[in-house]
Amino acid sequence: MKTMRLAITAAVLLLSFQASAQTTLRIGLAEDPDILDPTMARTYVGRIVFSAFCDKLFDIDEKLNIVPQLGLSYSTSDDGKEVAIKLRPGVKFHDGEPFDAEAAKFSIERHISFPGSFRKPELATVDHVDVVDPLTIKLVLKQPFSPLIAQLTDRAGMMVSPKAAKEAGDKFGLKPVCAGPYKFVERVQQDRIVGERFADYWNKDNVFIDKVVFLPIVDATVRLANLKSGGLDLIERVLATDIKEVRADSRLKLSTALELGYFGITINIARDKNKGPLSQSEKVRQALSLSIDREAVTQVVFNGEFVPGNQWVSPEHPYYQKGFPVPKRDIAKAKALLKEAGVTLPVAVDMMVTKGSENEAVAQVLQSMAAEAGIDLKIRLIEFATSFKQTQAGEFQAFLIGWSGRIDPDGNSYVFMHTGAPQNDGGYSNPEADKALEDARLVNDAAQRKAIYEKLTKAALNDLPIIYLYHRRLLIAHTTRLEGYKQMPDGLVRVIGLKLK
Amino acid sequence: MLNFLARRIVQLIPTLFFVSVLIFSLQQLLPGDPALVMAGEERDPAVIEQIRQQYRLDQPVPVQYIYWVKGVLSGDFGESLRNKVPVRELIAQKLPVTIQLASMAIVIAFLIGIPAGIVSAVKKGTALDYGANIFALWGISTPNFWLGIMLIFLFSIELGWLPASGYVPISENFRASLASTIMPAFVLGNAIAAILMRHTRSAMLQVLESDYVRTARAKGLFERSVILKHAMRNALTPVITLGALELGTLLSGAVLTEQIFSIPGFGKLIVDAVFNRDYAVVQGVVLTTATIYITLNLIADIAYILVNPRLRG
Repeated sequence: MKTMRLAITAAVLLLSFQASAQTTLRIGLAEDPDILDPTMARTYVGRIVFSAFCDKLFDIDEKLNIVPQLGLSYSTSDDGKEVAIKLRPGVKFHDGEPFDAEAAKFSIERHISFPGSFRKPELATVDHVDVVDPLTIKLVLKQPFSPLIAQLTDRAGMMVSPKAAKEAGDKFGLKPVCAGPYKFVERVQQDRIVGERFADYWNKDNVFIDKVVFLPIVDATVRLANLKSGGLDLIERVLATDIKEVRADSRLKLSTALELGYFGITINIARDKNKGPLSQSEKVRQALSLSIDREAVTQVVFNGEFVPGNQWVSPEHPYYQKGFPVPKRDIAKAKALLKEAGVTLPVAVDMMVTKGSENEAVAQVLQSMAAEAGIDLKIRLIEFATSFKQTQAGEFQAFLIGWSGRIDPDGNSYVFMHTGAPQNDGGYSNPEADKALEDARLVNDAAQRKAIYEKLTKAALNDLPIIYLYHRRLLIAHTTRLEGYKQMPDGLVRVIGLKLK
Repeated sequence: MLNFLARRIVQLIPTLFFVSVLIFSLQQLLPGDPALVMAGEERDPAVIEQIRQQYRLDQPVPVQYIYWVKGVLSGDFGESLRNKVPVRELIAQKLPVTIQLASMAIVIAFLIGIPAGIVSAVKKGTALDYGANIFALWGISTPNFWLGIMLIFLFSIELGWLPASGYVPISENFRASLASTIMPAFVLGNAIAAILMRHTRSAMLQVLESDYVRTARAKGLFERSVILKHAMRNALTPVITLGALELGTLLSGAVLTEQIFSIPGFGKLIVDAVFNRDYAVVQGVVLTTATIYITLNLIADIAYILVNPRLRG
């Protein structure tokens, strides 16, 4: 016991030294990011890290408007097939190379053609890039594609130093060289990613913190403990059940944004080998949807912090169709629909659920609600990595799963509902929905697009390839020492304008 | 002796071969497809196909195995699917962390377990003995993650003495490094201390009743000298062997503890790799830990022979 006391006293003494003249922003991430190459990166946490290192052609503001970053403005030709982008002058990459039209062309072409690029599908409509003058590029498209500029506000719009990228090849992600506010210093896998302020950043007057360190801490309780003990300045993905604790602590501040994505049940309509009841008739799917009290689900599992929904965008989103409100629970109608469908009660449904306490809780609430209408949801728990294989193989009847969301509504709908699209796991196919999805890509005017999406909403809410349940709130907590933090709707952390007291 | 050594080293080769086959075939049983896991949310068929080709996932398993073994024999463990970092580099990064944590844990275990065991044997039947036994029972039955979180609450949040999690390398700052590893090392060491304490106690009890101890006492030696010089030395031999085995286990990574304290060691590396189906990393890490374990075993055998000439054949 004596030795233990000694050890603790010793350890405590050691800790009195922690001073450093520099200011360092320490951000706790919920996972270890994947590769830090904007062309090959896939994870959400990776995007948080990128916003410190790699600037994009465009960014978004709090209201989802597109605002300039490395691109100053854009204009689309009348036929929609050419998009000219004016670039910001005087921008330098971290290796001192100039950012100009040639560099922008290189970056976009790298996203399109690099082997194993995950940006390729996002920029699939871009045929080639022309250099108009040293500060203007022109994207020539195969066909009009209205979500294009929104794509350029994310990884597909990140600009990399051509010199560094050519030298590093597929190892570029080990030491990314971009044009963001912080310069990559080092990364220790599963431990930390460090960046230091870039002296030649184009907007350096608004960068006040010397260093930024990203620390992956998987356990949400430990992440919060680190924030409370002062080991971190900001953490992402606070648990909904910890909100009270954060609000009660005067040294902490909670920032939230309603996610761009959704959480729902994906239904296997056409690829279910067992021909389960949900694949038989849309009436069974409608009955399931009506048996669920979405408000109660968010109240029970998420303390009412999440927002009930019924579409691929949240009720607060500009593209939400107000003519199709979130349905109220209606057991009588659900039972009537099941009767009309001619199925025998109770209707047994295999529902695949990925492991995790929140998912499992939601599944259990759904199970008890559906049971009252005569639908027996059989919960099949599955590990996340295995679920991918099962969905691809069509081995599920219903799958409780979310989507992180994209800035343009196309990113929340096309790949899930268009016939044969890569993420249309349930094999949904409806010519009306297909037409609306295609048409919406051709039009740039927001009001016109919304009118087209109304047709899609009508078809999708009748057919229910996905039963949308709720929209999660992105929860970010930080200490009150950190000033100037503004939460953006994409959930990412912008370091510009942040100050540490 | 040399003959024996040579024989043992030759035996290592088939053992390692079987280990490598086992690692390779077992992970093929894992459900899921690495290319799909890697693609995550963005599942474009063309991109997934490209990944399969790039990492030879489209080839038959035996062919994949041959490519891997060929690489390993020339010192190339392949690269991580997820991060494109060479596996060798990952192992080189994590091994020192795990060694540091494991050594600290084992030192803590010995510092607590052996004195407690000796005291409870010598003071058998007293309050001290019961106290030590309760401690041992507690140590064995307390889950690591719970103790870890409790320590964080006490020392990081309430008292603010220690960082809640994370790791600082020794080379960077010795004191901060100790501070970042003392809690996880205590959690790991505490459980082993309990086991060591119980073994020490029973070994001591046995030795204390033996004839030579009675003789030593009859000679009129001080009790302290009888216990520390005569009894303890003999009693500790099996305990030290046990400690060495526990060290081997610790070196293969402490999954839960590393996860709680965000210590970037072997345990965290392998768990993340399994969840991401990052085959090259799983293979590299398991092969390394297997080699360490086998080598430790060999060293233990040699040590036995040096200590006990009767085993020399």
